[in-house]
Order: sequence, then C-alpha cells, then structure tokens
Amino acid sequence: MIDTEALVEQFGLTACIQCGKCTGGCPVSPKSALNPRALVYQMLRGEGFELVSREELWDCTTCSTCGLRCPKGVKAVDLIIGLRGQWIESGKIPTTLRAPLTATLNQGNPLVLPREDRSLWADGLNVKNVAEGADVAMFVCCENAYDPRVQPMPRALVNLLRAAQVDFGTLGLEEQCCGSEIRRLGESGLYEYLRDDNLDKFRQAGIQKMVTTSPHCMNVFKNEYAGAGFTVEHYTQMLARLIAEGKIKFSKRMETVVTYQDPCFLGKQNGIYDEPRAVLKSIPGVKFVDMDRSRERSVCCEGGGGRMWLEGTNNKVRLANDRVAQALETGAKVLATACPFCFLTLSDAVIATGHENDLRVMDILQIANEAL
Amino acid sequence: MRPRIGVYICHCGLNIANTVDVDAVGEFARALPNVIVARHYTYMCSDPGQGLITKDIGDLGLTHVVVASCSPRMHEPTFRGAIQKAGLNPYCLEMANIREQCSWIHADRALATAKAMDLVASAVAKAGWLVPLQERQVGVTQAALIIGGGLAGLQAALDIANAGFQAFLVEKGAYLGGRAAQLNTTFPTLERVSDLLTCLIQSINDHPNIRVLTNAQVEKVDGFVGNFRVSVLERPPRVDAGKCTACGKCADACPVSLPDEFNAGLSSRHAIYPLPPSSETRTFAIDDQACTFVQDRICQPEPRCVAVCPENAIDLSLEERTRELAVGAIIVATGAATFDPRGKPELGWGVYPNVITSLQFERLADVNGPTGGRIEIDGKEPKEVVFIQCVGSRDQTTGNLYCSRICCMVSAKQAHLIKEKYPDARVTAFYADVRTFGKGHEEFYDRVRKEGIRYRRGYVSEVYRRGDKIVVRAEDTLMQKPVEVTADLVVLGIGQSPRPETNEVASLLGLTRSGDGFLAESHPKLRPVDTMVDGVFLAGTCQGPKDIVDTLAQARAAASSALAPLCRGQVKVESATSYVNEELCAGCGLCAATCAYGALTLSERTRRIKVNPVLCKGCGACEAACPSKAIQVMQSTPKQILSQIAALS
Repeated sequence: MIDTEALVEQFGLTACIQCGKCTGGCPVSPKSALNPRALVYQMLRGEGFELVSREELWDCTTCSTCGLRCPKGVKAVDLIIGLRGQWIESGKIPTTLRAPLTATLNQGNPLVLPREDRSLWADGLNVKNVAEGADVAMFVCCENAYDPRVQPMPRALVNLLRAAQVDFGTLGLEEQCCGSEIRRLGESGLYEYLRDDNLDKFRQAGIQKMVTTSPHCMNVFKNEYAGAGFTVEHYTQMLARLIAEGKIKFSKRMETVVTYQDPCFLGKQNGIYDEPRAVLKSIPGVKFVDMDRSRERSVCCEGGGGRMWLEGTNNKVRLANDRVAQALETGAKVLATACPFCFLTLSDAVIATGHENDLRVMDILQIANEAL
Repeated sequence: MRPRIGVYICHCGLNIANTVDVDAVGEFARALPNVIVARHYTYMCSDPGQGLITKDIGDLGLTHVVVASCSPRMHEPTFRGAIQKAGLNPYCLEMANIREQCSWIHADRALATAKAMDLVASAVAKAGWLVPLQERQVGVTQAALIIGGGLAGLQAALDIANAGFQAFLVEKGAYLGGRAAQLNTTFPTLERVSDLLTCLIQSINDHPNIRVLTNAQVEKVDGFVGNFRVSVLERPPRVDAGKCTACGKCADACPVSLPDEFNAGLSSRHAIYPLPPSSETRTFAIDDQACTFVQDRICQPEPRCVAVCPENAIDLSLEERTRELAVGAIIVATGAATFDPRGKPELGWGVYPNVITSLQFERLADVNGPTGGRIEIDGKEPKEVVFIQCVGSRDQTTGNLYCSRICCMVSAKQAHLIKEKYPDARVTAFYADVRTFGKGHEEFYDRVRKEGIRYRRGYVSEVYRRGDKIVVRAEDTLMQKPVEVTADLVVLGIGQSPRPETNEVASLLGLTRSGDGFLAESHPKLRPVDTMVDGVFLAGTCQGPKDIVDTLAQARAAASSALAPLCRGQVKVESATSYVNEELCAGCGLCAATCAYGALTLSERTRRIKVNPVLCKGCGACEAACPSKAIQVMQSTPKQILSQIAALS
C-alpha cells in the first residue's frame, strides 16, 4: 500500500476539480485502463492504493497533454511518474526495462550497447570534440547514436551545420543518456546521477550553446536540468533561423506532398510548432499540408515516457497506425517528423499497415539534407 | 495649555479582547503623560460606547481623544462625528489600530497586549500635537458623464437624468446598446433583448436631460469630485441621419470589405454599413478606420458612396472636433470583451466553421442576423449539437481564473432554442459544474433537462474531424470513461474578459485593476460601485463578468452613488492638506513633480509653491520630497510623527 497523502501533498492534487479534461485529452485513455483523473481521485480519496494489477501506469507516454490542459494546474503526468517511481522502488521492475536501465547506468545508454561505440554514427565525418573549442555543442542522443535506422539523422545535421559554416563539436564518447526517459520511467535516482554527471561534463567542456537532435534531450536540458548554465535549442529552431538568415540554401527540388507529425516534446510541451513547418516550407518543390489533428491538437506516436521499451497493456491499437492513416488522408507522400522516437514508431506503423509504398517517414533532417 | 487626553479601548466583542488584555492596556494608558481618563468597553462604536466619550469630553474638559479599536478606514468617521457632537474639533481624534494591526494577526496574548500598549502610547504622543482643522466644502457641477453606451451606461444615464440632472453619455462606437445589441433573448425569461434595448434607447433619445455623443471618446479628465473637466474627441457623423433613407446603395458601392464584428465575424460588411435595428434610427454609419478615403483619400474615381447616394446624405470632409464637458461625477461603463477562443486551440474554433462561440450563436438566432434567424451552418440544419461550458473561464491555462457567471445559463438558453427549432436534434452539454445561482436559473436548468438536453459531466478536451463529422472528445466523469460525441454544431460557452483598452481607461481616470484584470471597485462589500477616485463610479462588466440583471442593478447603484454629490450640490474636501512655509520654500519644484494630484504649482510671481487645497489628498509625498522641510501635511507634521516614534522607544 502506498502513502497517498504524501502524493497528494507532493503533486498539489487538492487543486483538482475532477473535470476530466486530463482523461478526455489523454491519447492512450481510449485504449487503456489509464485514467489520469481517476488516479488523482483515488489519491484524494485516501482509501489506499495498490500498485499491483495497475499495469496501465506503464501505458503513459508522458506526452503531458493532461497537465498542459488542466485548468487548475494539476500535472497528472507527474503523479503517474511518481507512482512508477514507487513501483521501481519496490523492486518489481517490468522485465523489458531491466536491461535498458542497467545499461544506462553502466554504458550510458538504454540500447544496451557499449559506451565505446557511441561515436560509430559519425564514422568518416571527422567531427571535432566540443572540448577543443566550438561555438555550439551538438547533442546526438542515444537513439540517434546507436540505432542504425536513425543514425543518418545526426549525420545529416553535421552536413547541414557545415553547409551553414556553424562551428560545432560533439562530446564524443563523453556523451551519455540525457536521462529524460529514465526520469519518466520513475527511476529518479539514476536520472539524478545522469543529470549531475552530465552537468559536470558540460561544464568541463565549456558548453555555452547546445543543439539537440531529439526533442526529448532538449526538453530535459531546458526544463529539468536546474541551473544548466547553457542555452539549448532543438535543431529545427536552429535550421529555421539559418534558413531565414540565408546561411542555408537549398539547391535541389523535392516535388512531393509533405505532412508533419508534431513530436509532443517539441510541440505541446515547448510550443515549437512554427519552426519545423518553416523548414519544410522553405524546401523547393515541397507542398506542405497539415493533418487535421496537428499542432496543439496533435496526437502522440506512443514512443515517449519509456514506451520504446514497454509494449503497454494494449498493443492491438497503436496510435502510430492511426497517425499513418491520418497522414495518408491528407494526400501526403512523406510523413515528416523531428524526433527519433516518432520516426521509429511511425516507420514501424507504415510497415505494419502495409503502406511502405504509399508513405515515406522522414526526419526533417533527412529532407533538408537531401535538398542541399 | 497642556492637552487633556481621553483614551478609549474597544473590545470589539471578543475580536480584540480575546487576544489583548484590554484592562491592562487601560491601566497602562492612564499612566501616560497628559492622559486624564482611560476606559475600555465592549463596542466603542455603539451608542453607549460613543456616549462614554462625549460624556467625558463634557465632564472632564478633554481636548483630544484617542480611540484604540479597528482601522480608521472603518470607524474614524464615526468617532470624528461623536467628538464633534460634544464640541471638539473632529480632527482632534487619533486612532490606534489594535484590531487589524494587532489582535487579528497575533496569537500570543502577552505579546499582543504589549504591542497594543505601544500603539496606544504612540497615538497618545501624537494626539497632544493635533490641531483643529477646518472642514471645507466646494460647489459641484450638477451633471454626470457616463462613459460607454451599453446597457449599464444607458441605464445609469437614464437614472441620472430622471433625477433631474444633466447626463452626458459618451459612446465610442456609432450606435448605442453595446454587447446587448448583439444578443437575441434573455435568460431565463426568454424576452427579446432588442425589445428591452429599443425601449431604453428611446427613453434616452427622448430625454431632455441626456446628451448622447456617439463616435466619441474621452481623451482627458482633469479635476476632482464635483468638478471634473473632460475633453471628448468627437468623430463627425458623416452620414446625415435626417437625410439617409437607409437604401443601402452606398454600401453596395463601397469597395472595402471586412468581417462584421457586430455579427461576431459570421458575415462581412463594408466601410459604410447600416446601424443595428435596436439603435432606433434607421441609418448608415462610416467606419473611419476602414474607409480608405477618410484614412488616405483613396477611393476612385471619387468617394463612391458619396457619388451614389441619392439623398446627398454623405459628407466625408468633416473633421474631428474636441468638446469640453464639465461634470460633477463620472460613471465608467466601458464593458467587457468576450474570451478569444483561439486561447483554447484544442477546441478547434477557427479551424472548423461549425465550431462557433456562444456570441456567434446569438447572431445566428437573431432574425436580423446573418441567416435571418436560422440556426444553421452552410445552409444545413444541425442534428447533433454539443455545448461546451467554461471555455476560457476558471482556467489557469488562459489566466482567467474566475467563473464567467453567464455561460451556464447562456448555454442552457441556447440549447433550449435549438430544441424549440429542431425538436429532433440531439443536444448534449458538457460541463464540470452547473452554476445556476440567479433568480429563476435553477428552474430554467430543470426545464431544459426535461426538454431533452443531455448534460454530461466532463470538460471537453479536444475537438477534431473524422470524415465529414466533428468529433467532441471528453471524459464522461460520471461514467469514468473517455467518450466521443459526433456533432454538426459545437457551441463554445465563452466567458467575458477585460477589454484590451482597460489600461488606457484606468490611466485616463486614475483607476486601478483587480487581479482578474477588470477595473477595481474600492471595496468588494462596502463600496462595490466606488473607485479609489472620489466621484468616479463603476457600472457593468468593466468591473467583472455579469449578466443583464446584475449589470442593470449595478448601473442603478452607480447612478445613485453618483447622484449623492450632485444632489447635495457641495462636496467635502480633505482638511488635512499640505501647506507651505514660504520662509523656507526655495521654489525648487521637487514637491510639485512628486504630487500625483496636480495640487502644487510654482507661483510665477513669488517663486514659492502654492497648494490647491481642493486637489490635495494629504498623502505626504511632497513632504518627503522637500529638501528644506518647507512643505508639510497637517495631521502628519514632523513634530507629530517624531513624537509618535519617540513614544515607541
């Protein structure tokens, strides 16, 4: 039994008016027993709460729509993360999480791959280390660094930054997991270790400005690393500015219809809606169309909050499959996104729904790089 | 002569006596220098309490009185009146606030008692130096200015005029009626708003005591209660209402087209456009901001409206002019804005034409509206209608933390209208709390539920499209399940927001805004229509969200408050003003620069500062600014203040 009163206090749950705006907006609530409002109510009621048989807590993608729309400032997502934390503390860690969490501690990444392989993505690119002195630090992200399906993204960013003559470097083998998903899985101890260790490394490397390839890394650095002492932006912000300043020019045309999946950590959580669209619209030949549910009304791909390592309680319905259908409805041939998790979930969904020949999932980095 | 001081300590029931040992404070006071008598009593402000004071003044020949009780804001006038009755000058009173500043905020009885003693000692030390002051009166201009020609302004102007005084009603727009002119029917009585309005506007127009200035804006306000001087900028009536037959040829010829704000953007209009029917005069008006000829002299080959008007009723050459008004009181009735639903992007307003605001619904339901009263989108009758409550209200994400006080009933009324027109329509209202606090409101809510409106508890979280249908998604919190409801019409119950120009209005008159952004009344309970500026009153939604009933009630309250100085013909002005020791004044002007009330001027002749005692509020800013202690405020002289401080050490 967990101490519900402590959670009520910690997350300010007495502010809740039980309006259901959170559950109504939760992307997984229709396919899962997860009901953020009811969770808050169960805490307030204080008649005891058992974690056992509440597997739906692992369904949350931490897209944060619940908290962002709450009229009373309650962050149900933080309660869910808190409950996950109690689960982790009890030692009953879901099996598929054990290897990623251990590897993040030992190897600095949840993909269970060796630390010394972290720079393989940059083979042959001769990217300098930021410690040698550079205006901008490029944070690659574990997913982009190790997963061959998304390794082309940071390579494309290197190309684009070089084209714009930006002086940049990476942390090389010193880079490790940002901790964003670790925190959201409830492993707060490991997250705090990563945060402190990273902040030390960033300080030693003298980082003032950072650009990330993943919105998740950007979000945790910008909003959760207290006293970071450096500015951080997502690559779409940097590219939009470089394009507007005329420092990136596209020479190739891309005659196609493109739509765009707003990553929750970029759009809803950080209000960055216009820059990714500005980059896409600046590419010659691109006809941009938005899906009906876009921007503030966009729908999560189900890749966040640790869901890359957790199937969830209902894998018969996948939001990414719905998104593919909605993208096709617009007549788009390319479904663009700006997040490695979105790219992977949507790519899988295109295959699962049999649309490999109708729709191509691309990161904005790939599109921009191809048009250079 | 040594002062003879009486000290009176109030128990305020148990408010003070529970925390402060009033007996000990009385004992302490009796030992203070110049104190002849010290007493304590349950309620000093009661008749027997005041009687103790007046009796002692007569029996013991007191020259000064100290009352230790509540804040002077509460009862200073009471005790001033009491000692005046007994023959003392009312300014020979000093109050020690041992309630708000002592008993209410402390728990420890011994410490609170010690503090009360300090406060009393300090007040006694000052009291001995108090000098009698003269109460002064000035004459009043027996006219009132009402800013804003909506429902509140109309009613307030009518009440002022009916009491026999001149009312100037200044309206920024081209017509009277304000927000009410856009509304269809009232709740819960379902009367046509235009009937109420036409009746009111007719009485206004026919009234000999009311001067209506439309297309006019207050530019500057000087003076003080009883004697305000107001500059009003009047834009000329470019269409002669006497000649105009409202044939509409001018509008057909006008090349400018813009969204019609009167129809809440549901239709477009031209720069020359007809006034709404409720404004009584069937005539056209020109939107100076939109007319390219008025703005930039562009309209080829000549102003087209002028060319086509068969009555030669249009003159675009007229210039703006400024009119000066003298009034004794001002009523601010500038109204509210409606919440901009783009602040709740998840609800899809502006994306889907069949997601409309409750104000747009009012226009659709109006026989004079863009559809002639047919509630339909793209010519299609709605079969599934969803009402969404609290849009933008009670919401930290929009910053409007307050309940809008209208949207529960507006939605109930509109749902009723739908059912009346389309009995087969399925109507759902999503809510979190239904607040039907007004007279007849709960009964109306009962009625619409019986008519078949389905109330489902839960805030709508998202609106999106599926095929050719709109889908409204919420959690039905009573079923504890997320639900999707399809709709072909979604109506957002939008709340009221402060008008964007509230800051300009506030600084024009020296008013303040409350935390919600609306204009602030000076006390929520005791002075609900007053402002911090004497002679300026608030009416209607400029002070906070209101329905028609509350708006009219407040308008009548503001009018009767404004009538007080007008009827009396004289107003009391502050006696404890500043005064200048001309021997010491170097004429540097620092004090005049500090004065917020414009009460100080540098005399050209003597090169000394002169005080206008009518404007001076006795705030003391000048006294603090003066480098040579030449300007002082009566009741707060250095001698008085320093002896107060000395008594504390």
